[in-house]
Amino acid sequence: MSDDLSTVFDRLPRLGESVLVTLELTIGGAILAMVVALVLGFGSRTRTLWVRGPSRVIVEFFRGTSLVVQLFWIFYVLPEFGFKMEALAVGIVALGLNYGAYAAEVVRGSIESVPAGQWEAATALNLGWFHRVRRVIFPQAWVLMIPMLTNLLIQLIKGSALAYYITLHDLNYWTTELRRATNETIFAYTVGLLVYFAISYVLTMLMNWLERRAKRRLGQLPPRGGSLPTVSEALRLKPKDQTEQLAGAVAPGGPSRSKEVSA
Amino acid sequence: MSDIWDWDRAWEVLPDLLEGLKITVFATVVGMVIASILGLVFALVLRKHVPVLTKLLKFVVDFVRMTPLLVQLVFVYLLSPPEIPALAIGCVVLGIHYATYMSEVYRAGIDAVPPGQWEAATALNLPKSRTWRAVILPQAIRNTLPGLGNYAISMFKETPFLFAISVVEMFSAAQRFGANTFSYIEPITMVGVLFLLVSYPTSLLVRRMEIRLA
Repeated sequence: MSDDLSTVFDRLPRLGESVLVTLELTIGGAILAMVVALVLGFGSRTRTLWVRGPSRVIVEFFRGTSLVVQLFWIFYVLPEFGFKMEALAVGIVALGLNYGAYAAEVVRGSIESVPAGQWEAATALNLGWFHRVRRVIFPQAWVLMIPMLTNLLIQLIKGSALAYYITLHDLNYWTTELRRATNETIFAYTVGLLVYFAISYVLTMLMNWLERRAKRRLGQLPPRGGSLPTVSEALRLKPKDQTEQLAGAVAPGGPSRSKEVSA
Repeated sequence: MSDIWDWDRAWEVLPDLLEGLKITVFATVVGMVIASILGLVFALVLRKHVPVLTKLLKFVVDFVRMTPLLVQLVFVYLLSPPEIPALAIGCVVLGIHYATYMSEVYRAGIDAVPPGQWEAATALNLPKSRTWRAVILPQAIRNTLPGLGNYAISMFKETPFLFAISVVEMFSAAQRFGANTFSYIEPITMVGVLFLLVSYPTSLLVRRMEIRLA
């Protein structure tokens, strides 16, 4: 066991590199997926058939075929048509397109569940389309999206383990190498899985933080470091506030007034 | 285009792929049966608040859900004795992995049963077991059917992971063909088309079921 542990310590620098590859795939894939999701998600909602049709087809295509098939298709078949990419780029593109298609459905669904009155109110205020979406609709849809996007992000991390099979030295590769070095299947894979778990866990916490922040901006959670005013405070019905305000207002002129009274 | 894509080769690989499709569907069905039974067990234990067991199970469920299926498959494959066929290992690991998802679906389904049903069962003086079997579960499982369908489709699309433990399902059949003939274009493309042909109609069916049950 202590031998195994020392092997792990010897391999820590390479663990760092492998985790970096896994993170590059995850973050790169997630960013690409978000861009794809926004384009296709909004595309699926437009009235123009020329935009909506292709968006729907692309989404259903990438959701319908398996990630494994897409990854290997981009890796093996696409070069035959003259598009040769680095393995890391292949991984990011495959993950981004596949999970982007899933996320597009999330984006579309969340935008649709923002009440229609919000669109109407924004139109009534004479906001342009971009402003309506950026300032009114999207912040509300974003709160609804985040939990589902968190699930997809975890799926994406797990999908990135495939990268090992397209010659990338990711965390999965490191795990198999550790097994080869220690000859201890249980030990090596437990360590590898724990590292995956830690990455997923940290990213989940990050997404939860994003969710809290998004809710706070909508006023669904109390702001940081203070609490939302209660109804009675907001309506200025609370006697304590009033006395403080009165005290504050009276204080500067207080002495002169008291003189007047005394005089 | 015609010099890259060879229709003859595409037809040649098709029988192998259809053989593989059978294995793929078999793994999906068996995996889903395991997932739906085990998922219900997980959901019930997680509701029960048994002192140590619930905490432990919660950790195990989170751990399985947050680590790659691919690595889990290889791990279990390497650990198990060689007599056990790879397909069986694949089905069991797929089943356990998806059971952790299904437990969430069951939890939501059970929570969605109106509290009045519990109260009515109490008022009728039904014993606990009868309440679950005759009142709560039939309604809860009806709520979970769309979720079950969606996970069946996504499990179907994750069966290609079984190539890592040398199960010859559709994707490995294609890869094997590609390795023998040095042409990956036709087999891998055909696999993609077959996946789409099976999963898209199924997802339309699930969507209809969702609308009918809602």
